[in-house]
Amino acid sequence: MDRNVHMRTGGLPISHEGFLAHKRFRYLKLAGVAMIAAIIVYAIVDQKVRPNGGTWYGYTLGTISALLILWLMMLGIRKRAMTQGNWSLKGWTSAHVYLGSSLLVLATLHSGFQFGLNVHTLAYAIMVIVIVSGFFGVYYYSVVPRKMSDNRAHRSQKDMLDAIRALNSELREAARPLDQKYLKDVTNAIRKTRVKPGLFTSINNAQQNCATTRAANRLRKAAANADPEMRRPLEAVTAILERKAALLLRTRRHIRSKTLLQLWLYFHVPLSFALLAALTAHIVSVFFYW
Amino acid sequence: MESVKIAIVGSGPAGLSAAGRAAAQGVPHVLLEKAPHLSDTIYKYQRGKYIMSTPDQLPIRSDIAFKAGSRESIIDRWDQDADKLKINVKRNANVTAISGSRGAFQITLANGELIQAEYVVLAVGVQGNPNKLSNPGTDQSFVQYQLDDPREFYDENIIVIGGGDAAIENALGVAHPDQGNVVTLLQRADSFPRAKDANVQALFKARDEGRLDFITESSLIRVERGGSGESLWVAVVDTKDGEARLPCDRIIARLGAAPPRKFVEAAGVQFTGPDREAFPVLTPQYETTVPGLYVIGALAGFPLIKHCMNQGHDVVEFISGNRDLRPPDTPLLEELFKAAPVRRSVDEWLEHIRSTVDVLSDVSALQMREFLLSSNIHYKKRGDIVVNRNDTGSSIFAIVDGSVAVEVDPANPRNTVPITKGNIFGELGLISGRRRTATVRAAETAMLLEIPRNATLKLMASVPGVKRRMDRISTERQVGQIFGQLLPRHAINDILNAAEIVPLKSGNAFIQEGQRSTDIFIIRSGSAVVEKRIGGKDVFLSYVLAGNYVGEMSLFYDGLRTATVRAAIKSEVVRLPGAVFERILGSNPDLYREVERLVASRRKLNDYVEAKRESFSSVVDMHTSVARFLLEEEGLSEATDALVIDETLCIGCDNCEKACADIHEGISRLDREAGNSYAYIHVPTSCRHCEHPHCMTDCPPDAIHRGPDGEVFIDEKCIGCGNCQRYCPYGVIQMAAVPPEKPGLLSWMFFGAGPGPGEPNKEWIAKARKGNDEPPKLAVKCDMCSGKKGGPACVRACPTGAAKRISPDEYLSLATDGNS
Repeated sequence: MDRNVHMRTGGLPISHEGFLAHKRFRYLKLAGVAMIAAIIVYAIVDQKVRPNGGTWYGYTLGTISALLILWLMMLGIRKRAMTQGNWSLKGWTSAHVYLGSSLLVLATLHSGFQFGLNVHTLAYAIMVIVIVSGFFGVYYYSVVPRKMSDNRAHRSQKDMLDAIRALNSELREAARPLDQKYLKDVTNAIRKTRVKPGLFTSINNAQQNCATTRAANRLRKAAANADPEMRRPLEAVTAILERKAALLLRTRRHIRSKTLLQLWLYFHVPLSFALLAALTAHIVSVFFYW
Repeated sequence: MESVKIAIVGSGPAGLSAAGRAAAQGVPHVLLEKAPHLSDTIYKYQRGKYIMSTPDQLPIRSDIAFKAGSRESIIDRWDQDADKLKINVKRNANVTAISGSRGAFQITLANGELIQAEYVVLAVGVQGNPNKLSNPGTDQSFVQYQLDDPREFYDENIIVIGGGDAAIENALGVAHPDQGNVVTLLQRADSFPRAKDANVQALFKARDEGRLDFITESSLIRVERGGSGESLWVAVVDTKDGEARLPCDRIIARLGAAPPRKFVEAAGVQFTGPDREAFPVLTPQYETTVPGLYVIGALAGFPLIKHCMNQGHDVVEFISGNRDLRPPDTPLLEELFKAAPVRRSVDEWLEHIRSTVDVLSDVSALQMREFLLSSNIHYKKRGDIVVNRNDTGSSIFAIVDGSVAVEVDPANPRNTVPITKGNIFGELGLISGRRRTATVRAAETAMLLEIPRNATLKLMASVPGVKRRMDRISTERQVGQIFGQLLPRHAINDILNAAEIVPLKSGNAFIQEGQRSTDIFIIRSGSAVVEKRIGGKDVFLSYVLAGNYVGEMSLFYDGLRTATVRAAIKSEVVRLPGAVFERILGSNPDLYREVERLVASRRKLNDYVEAKRESFSSVVDMHTSVARFLLEEEGLSEATDALVIDETLCIGCDNCEKACADIHEGISRLDREAGNSYAYIHVPTSCRHCEHPHCMTDCPPDAIHRGPDGEVFIDEKCIGCGNCQRYCPYGVIQMAAVPPEKPGLLSWMFFGAGPGPGEPNKEWIAKARKGNDEPPKLAVKCDMCSGKKGGPACVRACPTGAAKRISPDEYLSLATDGNS
């Protein structure tokens, strides 16, 4: 019976296959085989003097690695070139991640563990940083989207910003009966609230230091001490400010998530180009001193 | 008294064309027009209205020129042609009576003038004279019965009276936000039953946006001076909340018109029947029951301009004694029958097809001509494939000669059912909107008539006999398809005689869990959701598509319904009474076994869910709520192919949108972020390629089709009217102008040329156009990247696998198919 009837994982009727699991981990398997084969050959091949990039096996690994790096960098073009044909960017990403990781083994074996203060080791070091930054990317890709979906609650960023704008005009209306000193706070909450949290500020700090939160805090206190006549409008404005603060929190989290999904690329991509330069220097110098 | 050979009443397309022919022939004639200008109906169209020249295939035969264009260009051209031909026009000539017969007609005009004519051609159309208000005060000059240009009026209080399309369109027209008018529409009824759906929706939307207001169940009592100043007028209106006084600078009353039938009958002309849809009894030469009196144009039942103009030309030829004149579409029809093995005249072919093909028995010769113009004829040799299983297609085929064989069992092509001469096939695709259910081959040399979807729908709507016969056949086929292998002919007939088609609205339950009934339901169109109540909650069991049947379980549960079945979308089911089915089941062991097998597999699913429910209740709940979200809220129950995004994978890079724009001349057909989500499943704003596409409802140039991959696409005939956009309930169609071409990708990457991948921004477009005019805005929607190698760009361009296109029936089934 169980052969015929099944429920999909997690009860979701639709199962998407992510890039990591693409074609049942095809590229993970490929990368694994490549790494193991490289290690075995490294162990059994008799290398004169000592293993390094200059042996036939060193050259082989070096050539493979260099071509692989070029191919890995092609992802940037592939992603943007919407041509016809039976390719899938998901497949490319999957291969990029696993084959790129395999460089950690291939290039290390190519070096023969000879490191020093030279352009060769520089190329190697940049490569390792690029790959590690890629690991951050994979991590964020697998963690952030779910959080982002939870946080945004069906709303698009535009919806959120529109809603903030709508609350601002509600604030303007509701703040009319207020005293001049409180009006100032409300105006600040409208004019001086920065939605973007800023790169080096935590969401909590951004929330605490935000003009809207400060205005809400002051007006809440003022409402508690106000005479009954003024209490009602102060409370009304405070309620709107609190709604706005809650919405700002959501929006800031959304923007932070989006940043996290992109931030690592600002390391990964420029460093890739640096790697390309160092790699070129490495290859040229090797042939120059041959 | 003026005396002519031919008097033509009405100067619309038909009358003008008749007068043009008479003038060209030099026949003494007069063209009588009640308005001070020619072609009053078209003259009164809103300014700039685009006038179509359908049917496209029909050649035009007239001395007056006509091609599709704006109202102004057409009216100008007609005025010029009338002058050039020296047509004898009498404007402001309102005909009040016609008497006499051939050779001696007497026409009385409203101003008392008399005209004598040998022949009279009536081309007065169906607009008639507009009904007018008779309330006190409504004789003021600001009370009008037409609206030429809605942009003429600014900052006025305007009251529009009426609930038809004309009133709503006028109200929307003057309520443009830039004009500052305060618009109120008064409607007598409590809703707008006479208006088009799209117009009613637009009206409600305009009210929600505060652009205008309407009051239902209201009527005008009187118009009087009032308000604060003496010069102001107010309309006193009766509403359900009592009398209201509305300031009023202008009243636009669109109250319909008195049909001209009375006037025509007074001249002695007989009609085909008493009902509103009846037309005058006419000979093929358009002569009425009064000799010498002819009726052409819309009044004769032909609302299209081209038909009218051709008739105007032809009627004068007939009057002049031309008996050899053949209808203008004859060469096209001759072309259609050119390859036929038998030589027949077009008229003979029409009659042959009508008398051979059963469903067409009630179709008139003129209707035959019309749909044949858009039809095709196929000649097939024995063994040739006509349609393939799983092809898309919603045309129907009629067998004019020969016969075909339907391969009812995909596993065994030898197993066929014949369809003989005079019958049709392919109607299941038309009704269900799904792919072809079987491969059909010619069983011998065959001549097949293929009628496209729209022509078939039109025939079914206008000829009751066609609809009746089609319904009977499709029910028969559906019963046959399901039980045919197992039942003798007489049993099928028993079922058919007891069968009944039941229309259902979305959400209607036709099987209720716990009730006693053994009726069987075949889902004819639409789809259904099967749910079971377990532990106080409704649990989704399965999603059933058109072409399947439900209700058989109760036969094995002492007549007790074990689950509830609801229509997932507007559907039609065929009800087969349980008693009849049970009797047949009892005498057919084969059928019994088959049904038992189906019941066993469905029961297995039942038991499984019930068992899992104990251990896995949250999983079952989740499945149910996701199924509901997709089917009921997101409209996937009428979808054939939809884009669904897994939010746990989506990194928001919008590469799907960029790829979509880049593979389709710069406009993205999807909005990733918009649309709803549930349980990390996101349905973006993107075409679902519905079974019965809403967008096709009213496409004037017939530019929306279903393509070979099942995609609904818009072809280059689009005129940018926006109807499809208004009809689409999912908001996936946009009106957009194609942006200029971008520089290549590498020049962007290395030299920063152009706006980069995806939809270019407005600033760049404006700059790249260099002040040239924007091309027209046309309807743009997803075409599933049909014909593009590799398939949908949105899916291929997703770096993480979050984007996926699904067809709901495959993805919502909890169980693998247990039928086999």
